[in-house]
Amino acid sequence: MTSAISIDGVSKRYGALQALDSVSFNVEQGEFFALLGPNGAGKTTLISALAGLARQDRGQIRIMGHDTVAAARDARMSLGVVPQELVFDPFFTVREALQFQSGYFGLRRNDAWIDELLFKLGLTEKANANMRALSGGMKRRVMVAQALVHRPPVIVLDEPTAGVDVELRQSLWDFVQELNDAGHTIVLTTHYLEEAETLCSRIAMLKRGRLVALEDKDTLLARAAKREVALKLSGELPTALAPLHSRNEDGRLVLTLPSLADLEGVLATLRNAGLEIRELSMLETDLEHVFVSMMNGEQV
Amino acid sequence: MNGFYTLFKKEVLRFWKVAFQTVSAPVLTALMYQLIFSHVLRSHVDAYPGVSYTAFLIPGLAMMSMAQNAFANGSSSLIQSKITGNIVFILLPPLGALEFFAAYLLAAVCRGLLVGLGVLVVTAWFGLPLPAEPLWALAFGLLGCGVLGTLGIIAGIWAEKFDQLAAFQNFLIMPLTFLSGVFYSINSLPPIWYAASHANPVFYMIDGFRYGFFGQADISPWLSLGVVGASFVALATLALWMIKTGYKLRH
Repeated sequence: MTSAISIDGVSKRYGALQALDSVSFNVEQGEFFALLGPNGAGKTTLISALAGLARQDRGQIRIMGHDTVAAARDARMSLGVVPQELVFDPFFTVREALQFQSGYFGLRRNDAWIDELLFKLGLTEKANANMRALSGGMKRRVMVAQALVHRPPVIVLDEPTAGVDVELRQSLWDFVQELNDAGHTIVLTTHYLEEAETLCSRIAMLKRGRLVALEDKDTLLARAAKREVALKLSGELPTALAPLHSRNEDGRLVLTLPSLADLEGVLATLRNAGLEIRELSMLETDLEHVFVSMMNGEQV
Repeated sequence: MNGFYTLFKKEVLRFWKVAFQTVSAPVLTALMYQLIFSHVLRSHVDAYPGVSYTAFLIPGLAMMSMAQNAFANGSSSLIQSKITGNIVFILLPPLGALEFFAAYLLAAVCRGLLVGLGVLVVTAWFGLPLPAEPLWALAFGLLGCGVLGTLGIIAGIWAEKFDQLAAFQNFLIMPLTFLSGVFYSINSLPPIWYAASHANPVFYMIDGFRYGFFGQADISPWLSLGVVGASFVALATLALWMIKTGYKLRH
């Protein structure tokens, strides 16, 4: 099956800044994919290149098999992008904005789908309101609707929830999840790592224009899952266990275990030393932990 | 086709929704020029034989207003879209360079013609005759708006800030339109200014447009048509190239 997005050796330089450096990866159809990285990592540049807003210096990008340069028209028809900046046209109403956007994609009589989008995004009551009169969150919803007027198979959301209230964030994700369930490929960038962790099945991480990780979410988490156990003991930690001691946290000793099976040996050592365990808990690894390690250049 | 039509319609609505500012205001300005200049210069300036100065002034004022407003339409729309960022909604869809250009151009021509018509209507009672050569008047009206509309698109794409666009407008468009024989026949100018006027494409638009009304002009309408037509082709080629390559639009 054709990949939803295929990125092959893409580089882009802005003056002295190497915004993208030989980035290659594929996103398969139906995936819910996260693109993560700190500010300036190249996420938005990569999305701009996908969308034809920027042109890469080297390499090739295909959307549903259509080259973004040689077959730009088909590539753009296959892609819906929600840009990061909150932008709108102050001259028009919500409905007009969506009708115009449909027309640009060559669609006439798209009102049934526009009505559905308005409903799904909670905009029905605002359909005839001027864009200027909308709150930031509402404007963001209109941008999502604008990206979807032509029912693109591939949808890219560039930090769609930045600065958006909690309620909208949840309803937006429900809707995006629904689109994904209906077969749309979703790519998102976000600063909220828990969003990526909850929603996405695969994750790419960019750092200074380079791809530093590309993993199944569970694999990525598992690879980084150095099992950690936090203990409170009745006495000093036996010297045999000192090599496992990584740090102290809230008055507890944190031991890093190569695997969960090693826990039994630790407990046996403590029992033999006549120590009483006052508290014991396992520490979970989350995406944030992985992310910070990756960005600090650690191997996970 | 539909992409073009939608963008064209959006651009027309954009100025029509604020028509008080984009159409009525320039018509009023032209009316005031007409009132003041015809009062002050009525007895001083020789126009053509049999054509009063007040009547002579009208087509020039109409063409000047058309030119300025055709320029303003595309340029202000593009710079606003670029600065606020909503140009992205036009760059994301699969609109071709020709569709993009034609939509902005025709909207600019519509505004120019609407303003021109308004100026003619409110100043006609100063003694404007019915056009002697209506096809010439129409041709120069359309082409004149086309040239300045295209220049507006070029300026709107090129400018990155409002003050760059303002500089373009104040230091290029205003002198070109004011020093084009709107208020006088260039035959009354000293030789150096007479020669300089011939380097100004707006002069040919106004002279040709005037020919459409009076059947007489400072130079042959065919020459004017050639100059204005060539200017349009050259500028349109440049604008299309800018849009096609994404100059200052796609990075």
